Amino acid sequence: MKVFLKVWRQKNRNTPGTFKTYTSPELNENMSFLEMLDVVNEDLANNGEEPIAFDHDCREGICGTCSLVIDGKPHGPHRGVATCQTYMRSFKNGDEIVVEPFRAKAFPLIKDLVCDRKSFDRIQQVGGFITVRTGAAPDANSIPVPKENADLAMDAAQCIGCGACVAACKNASAMLFVAAKVSHLGLMPQGQPERYKRVKAMVTQMDEEGFGACTVTGSCEAVCPKEISLDFIARMNRDYAVALLKGDAKAATSGGAG
Amino acid sequence: MATLNSNIPSGPLDQKWEHHKFSTKLINPANKRKYKIIVVGAGLAGASASATLAELGYEVHNFVFHDSPRRAHSVAAQGGINAAKNYQNDGDSVHRLFYDTIKGGDFRAREANVHRLAEVSVNIIDQCAAQGVPFAREYGGLLDNRSFGGAQVSRTFYARGQTGQQLLLGAYSALNKMIGAGGVKSYTHSEMLDLVVVDGHAKGIIVRNLQTGEITRHNGDAVVLATGGYGNVYNLSTYARGANVTASWRAYKRGACFGNPCYTQIHPTCIPVSGDYQSKLTLMSESLRNDGRVWVPKRKEDCGKKPADIAEGDRDYYLERMYSAFGNLAPRDIASRAAKTVCDEGRGIGETGLGVYLDFSAAIARLGEDKVRERYGNLFSMYHEITNESAYQTPMRIYPAVHYTMGGLWVDYNLMSNVPGLFVLGEANFSDHGANRLGASALMQGLSDGYFVLPATISGYLATQNPGKRPATDNGSFKQAEENVQTLTKRMLGNKGKRTPDSFHKELGKLMWEYCGMARNQAGLEKGIKAIGALREEYWKNVSVLGEATDWNQSLERADRIGDFIELGELMCRDALMREESCGGHFREEYQYTPDDPETKQGLVNPGDVKRRDDQFAYVAGWEYAGAADKAPILNKEPLVYEEVKMSTRSYK
Ligand code: FES
Repeated sequence: MKVFLKVWRQKNRNTPGTFKTYTSPELNENMSFLEMLDVVNEDLANNGEEPIAFDHDCREGICGTCSLVIDGKPHGPHRGVATCQTYMRSFKNGDEIVVEPFRAKAFPLIKDLVCDRKSFDRIQQVGGFITVRTGAAPDANSIPVPKENADLAMDAAQCIGCGACVAACKNASAMLFVAAKVSHLGLMPQGQPERYKRVKAMVTQMDEEGFGACTVTGSCEAVCPKEISLDFIARMNRDYAVALLKGDAKAATSGGAG
Repeated sequence: MATLNSNIPSGPLDQKWEHHKFSTKLINPANKRKYKIIVVGAGLAGASASATLAELGYEVHNFVFHDSPRRAHSVAAQGGINAAKNYQNDGDSVHRLFYDTIKGGDFRAREANVHRLAEVSVNIIDQCAAQGVPFAREYGGLLDNRSFGGAQVSRTFYARGQTGQQLLLGAYSALNKMIGAGGVKSYTHSEMLDLVVVDGHAKGIIVRNLQTGEITRHNGDAVVLATGGYGNVYNLSTYARGANVTASWRAYKRGACFGNPCYTQIHPTCIPVSGDYQSKLTLMSESLRNDGRVWVPKRKEDCGKKPADIAEGDRDYYLERMYSAFGNLAPRDIASRAAKTVCDEGRGIGETGLGVYLDFSAAIARLGEDKVRERYGNLFSMYHEITNESAYQTPMRIYPAVHYTMGGLWVDYNLMSNVPGLFVLGEANFSDHGANRLGASALMQGLSDGYFVLPATISGYLATQNPGKRPATDNGSFKQAEENVQTLTKRMLGNKGKRTPDSFHKELGKLMWEYCGMARNQAGLEKGIKAIGALREEYWKNVSVLGEATDWNQSLERADRIGDFIELGELMCRDALMREESCGGHFREEYQYTPDDPETKQGLVNPGDVKRRDDQFAYVAGWEYAGAADKAPILNKEPLVYEEVKMSTRSYK
């Protein structure tokens, strides 16, 4: 099979980009989408044209490095998989495929199809953790965790931090991502002491990074390669409301002093 | 010649670590912040080390080539992490984990290191649980366990099929906490391209910013490499595409010895290769062997048939037949080689004949499909995505693939290389797995090194260095190292060659798989060394790297890494040629048990099993760079002295 690609090419952040079209060499339907791009890139390179820059690493749907909006959908046509797990058998001979980067203000473009998602790291640096010093932990079985909680926390913890939720959202909101992080830790007993402080800090940072507001359109859940549920957003909103009611923990302590 | 002093503490095996921690010099809290430590890599080992060192008060600078520290390939480990908790009351203990690991490594690891690993394993689980890692639980809320290859107890902790991702997210959260607190400065999209050695000590690194191409110098009082393994030398492997040997290799070229480079792990349960375009192989977790049965047809003629059309009596469940005590849970090297043997006999299945079945029908009949789905659902769907087949209905097709490298930079008991001040952690070092790694041990070692070992040993070195006195980056060694990097970059971009870097990688991979893969022999290795040497020369004449030095340039990134892989491939073949014995994952066809050997007659081993030669090869090979890629490297030896256990025949029958 062969396909026609319409690919976003952009030299760097400061140069405007444009779509370019390419005809793929002969392909095999068992190739992954990224392997198809490899083959196209080898072809380009052999003809002296710079290969298309795209992000990838594990190629098994777990590291969250691959991105791409394929025919308008982050991570391509199928539910519950990442771009690297999308295979050419999902396309037909002669198809035209449009390939774009994830676009969002908080994900500035680096080159061609690669964008910078460091804003996700910064959100987690302000609170996406349980404060425990190495070596200070009690025996792992001293705090039982109800299986349902552990399972639900695991559902949230599956998030691979790819940013597809942001790319899919018309407001470029990061709510599903932040909700997954907040819910994972908030569902574990170990995460309770910092539960409200955490949600407040992370939501504040999310806003500062320039992500948009959530209007619950659900497009994020639809493209999430791990099918993280929208329910986690509701859960986070509840926690956030409680956090606001509780006010600033620090102020409360100092007010009580004397 | 380098000196390889293992610095193993004296005293009884089970007290060495305690004593050593006590006798290692400490740094007083006020001085700790005057020491700056460079950590390269943020997988399990790098992230846990960075976080813990910063908690202790050191100034830590962490470098990753990824866009985020959460992407390191530790994230992809599926099955689990071992710990001698004995929560199942099934006879496990620190000593048993130690023994299983030593035996699993075919008596080619250091006793003292492995014992420490087993001791520390219990702390790791505590640490991870406290961080909120959502491990699998029983209904009562306690931690669940499962068994893994090479062990007869259930000591593996897991988080669905994504244990690596969850443990990494735990270590990453600890790292984030310390980045947020200002204890760690994080550099992303930053690739280490040289090690700076000042007066014989590692004191800095040269880094390329992958977004801007800018080359910068970074100084430190010590340098820690936690940069993973080098299995991508085979091109096709279960590694992430970006995983590379460059940081380790550049350190090797600055004098760090490379330990046992030929010890590679070929994992038995991967999805078979389907075509030349393929960029990576996908692992199906070893945990599947708990419930899946491995078989091929007894007769060649049946290989083309659908598996359902092959009667039960016509199937050869060869692992159960050959290794009755461990059956489908035989260690990885053994299971892989057995798969190769039956395929070599012409009984392999699938289009290429390089495949065997992993069959769940018995488990589905026994447990029901729902239970099987609960245990392995995500693995079955992964298999389905790739192959378009349902493993609930038909057996999986699997074949061995390169998965892990036990070799790596040589380190002593303190995890310090022979270059003072250079520490190496996790898969990047050679230390704990001998010639074969058991399942669920890689995560254990990465976290052990990073959370517990290095933070306790590094002060021993730092105490010999005056606080606040590290060399500045205008020192001549920094200048020389930076020029080295600039020259190499210019050379690659200016090369008027005709071939892409990837075409060389493919060619290298084929040579390595053919001559230094699952079975090796003298003639093949000699051929391999010649062919790879020729490939290296052609590389520098004929590689073509497009794009610019001052932009994001993935061709340049790859060209750098592939150049190093070619040189490494040659060293691996030399190591494999030198090691005239078989052990663990290193199988030399000349050294295998025959039906006439007494061990075979006693029923300890099968004909064709690996045969060690302890009288001649009970040592770690530490290869030293001889100053140029075409000069033969120098072999240094660290003898392996066993005080506690006897090097014996490794039997799984
Ligand atoms: S490349 Fe890792 S998730 Fe796609």
